[in-house]
Amino acid sequence: MEITQQEVEKVAKLARLELTDIEKAAFAKQLSQILTHVETLKQYDTTGVEPTATVQGQVNVFRPDIARPSLSVECAVANAPESADGFFVVPKIIEDRER
Amino acid sequence: MSIHKLSLYELHKKFTAGEVTATEIVRAYGLRIGQVEPKVKAYITQAKDTVVAQAGALDASLKGWRKTSPLMGMPLAIKDNICTEGVLTTCASRMLGNFVPPYDATVIAKLRAQGYLLLGKTNLDEFAMGSSTENSAVGPSRNPWNLQCVPGGSSGGSAAAVAADECAAALGSDTGGSIRQPAAFCGVVGLKPTYGRVSRYGLIAFASSLDQIGPITKDVTDAAFLLGAIAGHDPLDSTSADVPVPDYLKALKKRDLKKLKVGVPVEFFAEGLDPEVEQAVRAAIEELKSLGGEIKEIQLPRTDAAVATYYVIATAEASSNLARFDGVKFGLRAKETKDLLELYMKTRQEGFGPEVKRRIMLGTYVLSAGYYDAYYGKAQAVRTLIRQDFEAAFQEVDLIVTPVTPTPAFKLGEKGDDPLQMYLSDIFTISVNLAGVPAIALPCGFSQSGLPIGLQLIGRPFGEETLLRAAHAYEQSTQWRTKKPVIR
Repeated sequence: MEITQQEVEKVAKLARLELTDIEKAAFAKQLSQILTHVETLKQYDTTGVEPTATVQGQVNVFRPDIARPSLSVECAVANAPESADGFFVVPKIIEDRER
Repeated sequence: MSIHKLSLYELHKKFTAGEVTATEIVRAYGLRIGQVEPKVKAYITQAKDTVVAQAGALDASLKGWRKTSPLMGMPLAIKDNICTEGVLTTCASRMLGNFVPPYDATVIAKLRAQGYLLLGKTNLDEFAMGSSTENSAVGPSRNPWNLQCVPGGSSGGSAAAVAADECAAALGSDTGGSIRQPAAFCGVVGLKPTYGRVSRYGLIAFASSLDQIGPITKDVTDAAFLLGAIAGHDPLDSTSADVPVPDYLKALKKRDLKKLKVGVPVEFFAEGLDPEVEQAVRAAIEELKSLGGEIKEIQLPRTDAAVATYYVIATAEASSNLARFDGVKFGLRAKETKDLLELYMKTRQEGFGPEVKRRIMLGTYVLSAGYYDAYYGKAQAVRTLIRQDFEAAFQEVDLIVTPVTPTPAFKLGEKGDDPLQMYLSDIFTISVNLAGVPAIALPCGFSQSGLPIGLQLIGRPFGEETLLRAAHAYEQSTQWRTKKPVIR
C-alpha cells in the first residue's frame, strides 16, 4: 500500500493535526510500510465472521436519571488554558458581518 | 532490616505488627530514591513533601491502635496516565504537562481509602504508546540491570521503579503488553488482569477496548495482594465486570500445578525468538511439568495476524480518544492562532510527539471513508478469529505458557527509527489484549549479558487465581526473584 503525501495531508486535516513537510514525508513512508503489513490480514477468510467490538460480552449499562454531586464549575475549568467567569474561552467562531 | 528490600506483602505484615511506622517507610524510600533515581529516572513527579505529611498523619492516627487495611502505609508508584487528584498527571506528554486532575481514578480512590502512600508518578511512553519509554516527552527511563538498555514500555517507569526498589510496588496499564513487557525486561512480576476486572475510570484512555490497569510487583504474592485491592465492579466504568473478587492470596496456597493442563503454542516458538529466551522458557516449561502440570502442545493459528489487527484497532480507538486534546478544556494551547481550526491544529502539532502523531494518523486513516471496511472492519473480524483461537485452546488446557518478548531488553536508541520493527516486537503480548484474557509475566532466567528473561502465563477470562497459583508455584521452586540488579 503506497500512501502519497497528498493523502497524508488529507488525513492530517481530518485528524486536526498540522504537520511539517519533514513529518509529511516521514509519515507517507512509514504509514505505507505499516499498511503493507496490515494487508497481510487479507489472507484470513472472515466471510460471515462477526466483528469484535468488545470482549467478555459487555452490555449496555443504565443508571437512574438522578442528579448527583459532580465537579464544581471552578474545578471543571481549573485546567483550561483560558477561562472567564466559569466558561472556556476560545477564539471567536462566528464571523462579524458588515452591516 | 532494609525497608526498601522488603516485598510489599512483607512490609504490610511488619506495618500491621507495629514493627515499622509509615514515617520510617517514607524516610527509607526517600533515601533509596535519592541514591538510584538520578541513574534510573523512573519517576516523572515525586510526591516528596505530601507523602511525608501523609505518613505523619497516618502514624498519628494509628497511635495505640493498629487495625489496618491491606495497603495502609504502603509506598506505591503510579503510572503517570492514571489520574491522581491534586497530583500532576502528564501521560509523559507536552500536551498534559501542567494537568492536575480534579478527581482520582477509581483504583486510586480505592488505594487512598486504604491509606496508601503515593511516592510518585512514573514515566511511560507518551500516552502509553510505545515499548521502551523512549517516546516520553521527559526522556527515557533506564533499565536497572543495565543502564544502557531500555526498561521496556509503556509502563517502563513503573517496572524500573519496582526493580530498583524505588517503591514497594507499582501500578501500570497494559493495552498491548505495556505491563508485561517492561516487567519481563526489568525482571519483576507484571499482571494484566482480564478486561473488565479492574475499573478503567480515571485511566487516560488510549484504546478503550484493550486498556487494563494492573500491578507491577517484586513477586507473585505481591501481585495477588495488590490485584485484590484494586479489582472489582465500578459503576463509573460501564465495561467493568460485575464479577465477585476472590481472595487471590488464598489461591497461592496450592504450591503445585497438579491437575492443571498447560498449553505450549507452537506459533510462539518460531523464528525470531532469541535462543537464550527460548532456552529459558523451555526450561521453565520443564519446571512446570515437574510441579505436576500436564504439558500439551497446542495451536493458536492466528498468532501471525495479531500485530496487524492490533495496530489497526488500537490506533483507530486512539485517534478517537485523543480527539479530546484540542487546547480548550485542559492542557496545552498553541499561542497566537487566528481561529478555532488553527488553534486545534497547532495545539496538537505542538503537544503530541512523533509516535502519538503517527498513531493518530494511522487510526484516522483506517477509519476514514473508503478504508473503514478494508482495514477497521477487517481487523475487527480477525479479532474474532483470534479470540476463537483462545477459546478453542482453553477447551483443551487451563493455562498457556509462552515467552513475553522475543528478546531481552534492547539498547536505548536501537529501534528508534523503525516503528514497524518496534511494533513487531509486541508479537507475544498483544493477542492477549485482543482476546481480553488475563496474563502474568514473571522472571524465568537471565541472558549471558545479565539481562532478565520473562515467562508469560495466560489464563481463561477471570482465571487470575489459576494464573497466580501456577506463577507462585513456579516462583517458589526457582530462585530468580532473589537476584537483584546492581545499579551502576
